[in-house]
Amino acid sequence: MDILVCVKRVPDTAENEIEVNSDGTDIERDDLVYSVNEWDNYAVEEALQIRDKVGGSVTVISVGDEESEEVLRREMAMGADGGILLSDDAFEGSDGRGVAAILKAAVEKGNYDLILTGAMADDGAAQVGGMLAAMLDRPFASLVNHIEVVDDKKLKVGREIEGGNQEMNEIDLPCVLSIQTGINEPRYVGIRGIRKVASLEIPVQGAGDLGIDPSTVGEAGAKVRRLEYFVPDLGEGAEILEGSTEEVIEKLIEILKAQGGIK
Amino acid sequence: MNPVLTAPAEATFLGFPMAVFYFLLPVAGVALFVYIMARRMAPLVRAAPDPRLDHLGQRFRLMLKYAVGQYRHPRYLLPGLLHIALFAGFMVLSLRSITLIMTGFVDGYTLPGLGGTAGEVYSVLKDVAATVVLIAAGLAMIRRGIFKPERYDVPPEAGIKDHSWEAVLVLALICTLVTCDMLFEGSMDAALRQAGQHPELVVPGTGRWLFGNLFAGAPRSTLQAWHLGSFFVHNVVFFFFLNFLPMGKHFHVITSLPNVFLMKLKKGVIKPVRWGVSDDQLDELDSFGVKKFEDFTWKHMLDFYSCVDCGRCADQCPAYAVKRPLAPRFISIKCRDYAFEHYPLWGDIHPSDEPLIGSILSEDEIWSCTTCGACEAECPVFIEYIDKIVDLRRGMVEDGMVPQSLQKPLRALEKRGNPWGKLEKKRLAWSTDKEFAAECPVKVLDKKTAAETLYFVDSITSYDDRMQSIAQCTARILTALGVDFGILGRAEKDSGNEVRRFGEEMLFQELKAQNSEAIAASGVHRIVTADPHAFNTLKNEYPDSLPPVQHISQFLARKIRCGELKLKPLEADERVYTYHDPCYLGRHNDVYDDPRQVLDAVPGLRRVDMLESRDRSFCCGGGGLMLFYEPEEEQRMGVLRVEMARKAGASVIVTACPFCLVNIEDAIKVAGLEGKMEAIDLAELVARQMEV
Repeated sequence: MDILVCVKRVPDTAENEIEVNSDGTDIERDDLVYSVNEWDNYAVEEALQIRDKVGGSVTVISVGDEESEEVLRREMAMGADGGILLSDDAFEGSDGRGVAAILKAAVEKGNYDLILTGAMADDGAAQVGGMLAAMLDRPFASLVNHIEVVDDKKLKVGREIEGGNQEMNEIDLPCVLSIQTGINEPRYVGIRGIRKVASLEIPVQGAGDLGIDPSTVGEAGAKVRRLEYFVPDLGEGAEILEGSTEEVIEKLIEILKAQGGIK
Repeated sequence: MNPVLTAPAEATFLGFPMAVFYFLLPVAGVALFVYIMARRMAPLVRAAPDPRLDHLGQRFRLMLKYAVGQYRHPRYLLPGLLHIALFAGFMVLSLRSITLIMTGFVDGYTLPGLGGTAGEVYSVLKDVAATVVLIAAGLAMIRRGIFKPERYDVPPEAGIKDHSWEAVLVLALICTLVTCDMLFEGSMDAALRQAGQHPELVVPGTGRWLFGNLFAGAPRSTLQAWHLGSFFVHNVVFFFFLNFLPMGKHFHVITSLPNVFLMKLKKGVIKPVRWGVSDDQLDELDSFGVKKFEDFTWKHMLDFYSCVDCGRCADQCPAYAVKRPLAPRFISIKCRDYAFEHYPLWGDIHPSDEPLIGSILSEDEIWSCTTCGACEAECPVFIEYIDKIVDLRRGMVEDGMVPQSLQKPLRALEKRGNPWGKLEKKRLAWSTDKEFAAECPVKVLDKKTAAETLYFVDSITSYDDRMQSIAQCTARILTALGVDFGILGRAEKDSGNEVRRFGEEMLFQELKAQNSEAIAASGVHRIVTADPHAFNTLKNEYPDSLPPVQHISQFLARKIRCGELKLKPLEADERVYTYHDPCYLGRHNDVYDDPRQVLDAVPGLRRVDMLESRDRSFCCGGGGLMLFYEPEEEQRMGVLRVEMARKAGASVIVTACPFCLVNIEDAIKVAGLEGKMEAIDLAELVARQMEV
């Protein structure tokens, strides 16, 4: 089975303190470290496990600037067979639909049985997977936490539904799935793994290569525009506890006790 | 004069001259032994390299002390003394056994140098030795067979067989050998006396003396039968014994002397990924660490052969104590069984590419180790475990088999240089705290700011709210003692002690390179740290070009000795203090006395040592990445440690390591002993008691 996994480079929420910049146009990016979006990492692991079971290939793809190559390489160090970087000045400022359109063009240049995306991204809006499926006119399942290959025409996919219950579906191939975290335990990629794939070629494709009209994507084609970022004002009844972790915990327990939350 | 009894070499059996049999027996026995040994060496020649033939003089002295002198044995008093008795007896009796074998075809043979008076002295000595061995082996059998110390238990989940039957069989063989000699000699003594001749000196109370007396009235034919029969049994059992040794745990009789001779000489250092490959050639290696059996070094295989399954390692292992799925000895036994299975004595050897992890070893087993070193400090034959475990982890890291709980901190270390992923600029937050900075300004070293001494803080002391107190106290102490010091600030990265021990060698190499460069650029002449893990790796694993490194306890002890540091008496503190030895300060670097001296310099401080102290210190739960690992365990190591302190009568546990402090403070809470027990760092105590 030939599988394409869409991945994204995002500021790592575990290792950053996200703050809005002074003019509210963006977050402070000076001290940020980036990594592959966590959901996408689970998607790549799932693709690798499917490939190792039934054969085929795994390709990772990303829309972004040249720094996105770093995350493609990390996923290749995990075991992906190849990577494609979709990068063009014209792609900058794309909204969700724009990113999906760029990915659609790339998908159509290949021959993939299965396309996986993360269910969402740390800095995203959880819309690309669904849009991509719609544009490709392929079946789609979201928030997938279990995949079984039935045969080369069908998959069984599981989704968690309310109350911790599980739903199982059958879906025809080729299809698009958005993957939930916890579907597997992604393998570790060490520095040595990354160095081993350091010299592998990652082709870069721009609007021209993909046959995309630059005016339909990027800032020019965006139909959703971001206005500003800000920190919400403290609302009625909201209180931020300050002090060391232990002091905060103590205060919280006091408040909960006083309000009858705990006895 | 006719001999009173026919000698074995002169005897015939159904007309067949026994001398021929007694000649062929050792020829066949030795040939078989050589064959078996050659087969046993087969995996070792396919193993990874391991240079161990340096410092021969030192090695020889260590072998005399630890192997011949059995120095570590009495740490377990009764079994230790029994073993010393058996071992000493063996040394004496080996000459006797050779003599008996030769006597089988050369009547009246004496070993060169053992004729005349020397021979008489030896004869007395070996009679005593044989009796001592018989008693010791008897006691050991009773111990093994009836009392069955818990230490030898093999839980069913260990996946190996109980080896107690082997121990009892070998003890029985030993008893047979020495008893045969007693019968052989006793029957002759009785016959001589019956013929009116005097046997050589027989020490009353020995087995030989006993049998000589029991046989006193026996007819000559009976004596002759015992004399020849016991000789026959002795020689046959001897060669059976010799060839049985390499079949199991008694291989140690042969391998432990070389194993001790070839011991690891340098403590506190993890072996390189592959001996002979330098750090900058690591990228050229096809594979990292131990994945299949042949990836072990030959010395590590010799370790497997040398394990006696005595259980001392597991008895000291904190992971085993809290029922994590690890017992050091089971690693050795399982790997030895693996070697015996894939390198059989007969037929084709069949090495397997099957990974050890997932077949005979498990991931959790290998991640369970805190690398505290208690097992290695205890093993009488110096079997190494930390290097093997790190090599297995290196293999797992390369194959992506890293628990999720460790992946996050490892990625954070790669990106931010600390396992929490906190910002680099926050590394010096403890020093810029307004109140503290006003009282004790700390220099951040860079191109413009220089200092004599570097205080290497390391991650936990820099970032953890509670541990920052250690950093502030250390800085206060250094300032009060007039030390010109500074910190690296955001240029400092995690020292990487645990990064290396958790198998992420390349990340360790990067952290080491970044720190080494920052330290070199700072131009300092000395390094002080309050973190034993940083101390260990900076001192033992960083480049030799680094300035000398001291732990704060060493620095303080020296200042106290030369009178530069005076400490105030404790005020109204009736509590008893105890010192918990951090593994990386004590066992890995032999710093035991300095911290105790510092404590004893506080007038009025009452200090006791726990039973489990110094090189028998019990790990608090492990530092560095071990804080993030989520083990399967029944309870926390720290809780056991706090109980030990209580048993010693102490209510204040002083330690000298931020990880120990984290774990012990947590354990006090978990055990519900808040208010009754307290933990404090040595630097905090000194800062509190300093006379300024």
